[in-house]
Amino acid sequence: MIKHDNVISLNKRSKSYKTQQRISNALAYIVLILLSVIWLYPILWIVLNAFRVEYNDSGNLIGIVVSNYWPTGFGFENFKILFTETYFPTWFLNTLFVSTFSCIISTIFTLCVAYVMSKIKFSWRRTYLRFAMILGLFPGFMSMIAVYYILKSMHLTQSLFALILVNSAGAGLGFYIAKGFFDVIPDSLIESARLDGATNAQVFFKIILPLSKPIIIYTALLSFTGPWMDFIFARVILGVENKELLTVAVGLYDMLYGNRVDSNNFTVFCAGCTCVAVPIVTLFLSMQKYYIEGVTAGSVK
Amino acid sequence: MTKKKKPNVFKKIGKGFKNFYDRFVRGSIYTKISYLIMGFGNLARGQIWKGMIFLVCQVGFVLLMVLCPEINSTPFGYKAFANLITLGDNPGDINTAADNSMLMLLFGVLMIGITFLYLALYVSNTKSSYHNDMLLKEGKKVSNFKEDLHDLTDSKFHLTMMIPAMVGILIFTLLPTIFMILIAFTNYDSLHTGQNLVDWVGFSNFAQIFNGSASEIGTMFFPVLGWTFVWAFIATFSNYFLGIFLGILINKRGIKAKVLWRTIFILTIALPQFITLLAVRKILGNLGPVNTLLVKLGILASPVEFLDQAANEFTARGMVLLINLWIGIPYTMLQTSGILMNIPKDLYEAATVDGATRRQTFWKITFPYILFVTTPYLISSFVGNITSFNIIYLLTGGGPTNPGFKAGETDLLVTWLYKLTIDENEYNMGAVISIMTFIITASITLIFYSRSKAFKQEDAFQ
Repeated sequence: MIKHDNVISLNKRSKSYKTQQRISNALAYIVLILLSVIWLYPILWIVLNAFRVEYNDSGNLIGIVVSNYWPTGFGFENFKILFTETYFPTWFLNTLFVSTFSCIISTIFTLCVAYVMSKIKFSWRRTYLRFAMILGLFPGFMSMIAVYYILKSMHLTQSLFALILVNSAGAGLGFYIAKGFFDVIPDSLIESARLDGATNAQVFFKIILPLSKPIIIYTALLSFTGPWMDFIFARVILGVENKELLTVAVGLYDMLYGNRVDSNNFTVFCAGCTCVAVPIVTLFLSMQKYYIEGVTAGSVK
Repeated sequence: MTKKKKPNVFKKIGKGFKNFYDRFVRGSIYTKISYLIMGFGNLARGQIWKGMIFLVCQVGFVLLMVLCPEINSTPFGYKAFANLITLGDNPGDINTAADNSMLMLLFGVLMIGITFLYLALYVSNTKSSYHNDMLLKEGKKVSNFKEDLHDLTDSKFHLTMMIPAMVGILIFTLLPTIFMILIAFTNYDSLHTGQNLVDWVGFSNFAQIFNGSASEIGTMFFPVLGWTFVWAFIATFSNYFLGIFLGILINKRGIKAKVLWRTIFILTIALPQFITLLAVRKILGNLGPVNTLLVKLGILASPVEFLDQAANEFTARGMVLLINLWIGIPYTMLQTSGILMNIPKDLYEAATVDGATRRQTFWKITFPYILFVTTPYLISSFVGNITSFNIIYLLTGGGPTNPGFKAGETDLLVTWLYKLTIDENEYNMGAVISIMTFIITASITLIFYSRSKAFKQEDAFQ
């Protein structure tokens, strides 16, 4: 594309054109900076509140929302409260447990179904594609409510295992992006291996999987971060009665809205959010490349 | 499409029955016995494992049907079919507990599912035995257990790959979905628990929706539906065009540190929404820094409630749409960035040769290309917005509320059905609204996708 610029520049790039370019770039920077401020304003505010240590006249730590954006005092008080006076450490481990197993099961299910749908021809393949499309149109939200009815009628709510199953058991329906990935792998690769006597399983494990790093990472990333972000499935399945059996999302929400009388723990909430956000955002940003590849592939298809 | 397919389906079913009959007539004595005792044809030919599996399944199914084992004093087996029709008729007394209607409904559906699976297994048992007949007739050997296992890694590898995932779908997606659909036809609500047994009521729950002011659901359904559409429409298009704008801005020639800008905006995707949205809710609160800032700058005379306590619905609705931009724009921005990198270069080459200016190439090539490529995304994000739960629930909880009504001014169908189900225990109406939402989203998706080119190609190449 740089080449064409040169072609244009021979006749079109006069001085006024360059100034015009400069002005439009300056405008673009101004807009970007303004938008970045809007995007970062609430996020920075959470971090600031996590480290906010301000005392009221009677010497108690202020935990509510206050009007000054920039704190007058900094410290680790909120984190101390978070780790000693709340169930946050348990919630964190619960979420880690749920997300690890959800991630393993979902990734295996998704990749298996996607590969079979993409590369193996068998009699009921089209039937399954239809079935998955129609069932996929029922928002997951609704089957979740039904799972809630079922667990409730069997007196089985409040179980981390139930949450893992709800998160991952439907993974065999969300295979489209991974299928798109496998579709691009040339059939000749598989055919030549089959001619050499490889079984279908050997083709999958020895040839396809080593090539599939991007899609494995994309699928695993989404299913691992899912339980950290998911608020509603966890809230419905786990309820709020047993405080030791919550995930971070439900626990922290409950901290803020569960007990309306005592809302003096907003800063502790922010400390909790910071503890959740730092690892998740780091993971997400370091895998950014794969995420963007997956998302873009999904839209263009 | 469906008109053409229908005869095929019936033909297939008819053919299935015919084959089933033919196998019995033509099969050996072993196959004939297999029609009565499953796995006999396999056991007689030395396929001990396969035969035993069939036999155990048959014995298990018959025992389940006859003995009717109970869980939480609700029976399986043939009694479950009867219970599915009555949904329980024992209101209980001092000595006996009331029938658990929901469990009866669940077990009824489960038993139907189990019966279908059993029938499928039964048919495959006859097939397997007949297959052995044919092999022996041709003078070949029947496969042994080791060979059967090997098949699962090769010619039947798809079964190995699909079955675990399908079991998950059957139990955690299909069964709950059927169960939920059935609940919509019962009177299972906050009044029907314990001794007030649940019963089938036909379509009367659906009638409530269209029956105007007869009940709260009737009065609220269409206003909530209307707002859901307004929300989905504005949210989709505002996110879409502003996201494209941002994507183009970041990818503009001469803009440096593209990765940095992109990363800043991706933060709202990487951060859990319960964190970001709750923070936004608090930051906009009466005492929060935004109100303080606006008052200090003289824009507002006194602090204003923007969200769940807002004075009127327009403030709250406008604010959720505005905040939704903050969440939604980065997604479109990412799509646009990806597409901008993939625009076929020859398009530009041709245009430059023809002497097009940069502005012209943008408006005649780049922009139409983006629109063309992202149409499927536009549809899926419209459907996604109809069922977008987090934003409304975390920002306003559906409020501001009108006294006496369970649906608030910003409630979408999904948040409303959540409240009806989880908070109010109006399970049947929650299920009705679920089904209505499904019908809406499914018809939108099917109409648009069946017209879009990508879908047709996908269908053709299969």
